[in-house]
Amino acid sequence: MSVDADAPADIAATVATLFRRDSRKVLATLIRLLGDFDLAEEAMQDAFKAAVEQWPRDGIPANPVPWLVSAGRFKAIDGIRRRARFDAIDGDVATAVEAIPDGAARWDEAEEIADDPLRLIFTCCHPSLSADAQVALTLREISGLTTEEIARAFLAPPATLAQRIVRAKAKIRAAHIPYKVPGAGELGERLASVLRVIYLVFNEGYSASAGSSLTRADLSAEAIRLGRLVVDLLPEREAMGLLALMLLQESRRAARSGPNGELVTLEAQDRSRWDRAQIDEGLAWVERALAAPPAGAATRPGTAAAARRDSAARFGPYVLQAAIAAVHAGAASAEKTDWAEIVGLYDVLVRLQPTPVVALNRAVAVAMRDGPAAGLPLIETLLADGQLQDYHLAHAARADICRRLGRHADARASYERALALARQEPEREFLAARLRDLPS
Amino acid sequence: MKYLCLVYLDDAKLHAVPDSECLAASEGLRAEGRVVAAEALHPVDTATTLRLRDGKLTMTDGPFAETKEQLAGFYLFDAADLDEAVALAARIPPVRTGSIEIRPVRELDPSR
Repeated sequence: MSVDADAPADIAATVATLFRRDSRKVLATLIRLLGDFDLAEEAMQDAFKAAVEQWPRDGIPANPVPWLVSAGRFKAIDGIRRRARFDAIDGDVATAVEAIPDGAARWDEAEEIADDPLRLIFTCCHPSLSADAQVALTLREISGLTTEEIARAFLAPPATLAQRIVRAKAKIRAAHIPYKVPGAGELGERLASVLRVIYLVFNEGYSASAGSSLTRADLSAEAIRLGRLVVDLLPEREAMGLLALMLLQESRRAARSGPNGELVTLEAQDRSRWDRAQIDEGLAWVERALAAPPAGAATRPGTAAAARRDSAARFGPYVLQAAIAAVHAGAASAEKTDWAEIVGLYDVLVRLQPTPVVALNRAVAVAMRDGPAAGLPLIETLLADGQLQDYHLAHAARADICRRLGRHADARASYERALALARQEPEREFLAARLRDLPS
Repeated sequence: MKYLCLVYLDDAKLHAVPDSECLAASEGLRAEGRVVAAEALHPVDTATTLRLRDGKLTMTDGPFAETKEQLAGFYLFDAADLDEAVALAARIPPVRTGSIEIRPVRELDPSR
């Protein structure tokens, strides 16, 4: 079909599709070219407006993204020059804009354009910004969520969110936070910061603490999309591990809450309700993350063995957690789960991340492998250390083990303590139900 | 782009890093041409804080803010961006015992 034959309505639909799919890509390149977030945002909007006006007349360009970048750039330069006549202009921006080479020359640098979203995510997740600001900025700039949408998802007042984003952008500009993919020397640490932000977004959507559950699920889906974006451009092991971990956790979404929104534990979940496609994709990413080592290395749940054999230094925490999730995904039931494998993976993870929460998860896995009597002293030691005293899941874990050992009074005390600490409604309902079910 | 790196140290740790080590570090950084200025400071009990209010100049003994850590010295670096400034500041020895606050230098604008 010739471009001239496109009806204006079709073109409007094409532009709308392009906007949804590529507007953040266009923005990322414009930020690099213009050196300013707000100017780039405005230029990006102008570029899409120009497309709506010009494409019905001129046809849809063969490569719309470079066209949009070019249009945005011209609009920005135009605007700056026009404004320059009226007031003094910001020296930095003017210099940057004047220094932009001719549009045509840049389109050869397809690779550079392709990497712009990655530059953008590294800037948004720069460790010199506060954790809250990193999350807000990532969702605003890379995901294209509105300030109101982010505020709703995080149950924060929109004004607070807006201020957080404005302040972060001002710091990026004043402190010259660079717009680049970090060099090999700092990549590991900086990537960890990016992955932490993505996982935070995912968990915000996964633990349905409050608010509309729909908005929450969208956050998890967005985190997975961000995970894919990073893996596409930077196929590092930990990035693959995080993507796998998110997919494997997300696969259980439908099964992890009952008809009334109450929590269903992993043990009690109807595994036929797990999302098979997400599991398969997650497992494939775990395998890729673990790949490279010896030919004929085990696949599927066996991959866990590979991760465990390997030194802790070679696999990061996300790959290990994904490997653990993969063992669960491959098991027909809680009883048929290879708990020895899971304990082995936790042994490695606890060396890498010696936090009380990881140690608690390991203790729970030991209780599944060797029986509740073996797990109880581990959990009680951790609780005695004090750091987990206010963590409801630690008390819930002790309660569960005591219940299985028939120590009902101890179980009751711990369930009550957990209930007093838990803040998420589905968890509270679950704990209350467990308390009711205990023989008095 | 200039970055002022303020070196903060706990009172008790003011002399934790020997002067000789600080001298060696600063000579290394100066040799690379990145240091605009750098000095160590006398302890805060030698500080005087100045305020001009309603045309009246007042002086107070001590630093502007009482904190556990005090300003012990500074570096003024010339760096391309924050990452570069961070890499340079990470070589200031008290980074191990105290903390370094990195502040981008603002060019004063005569039109404002």
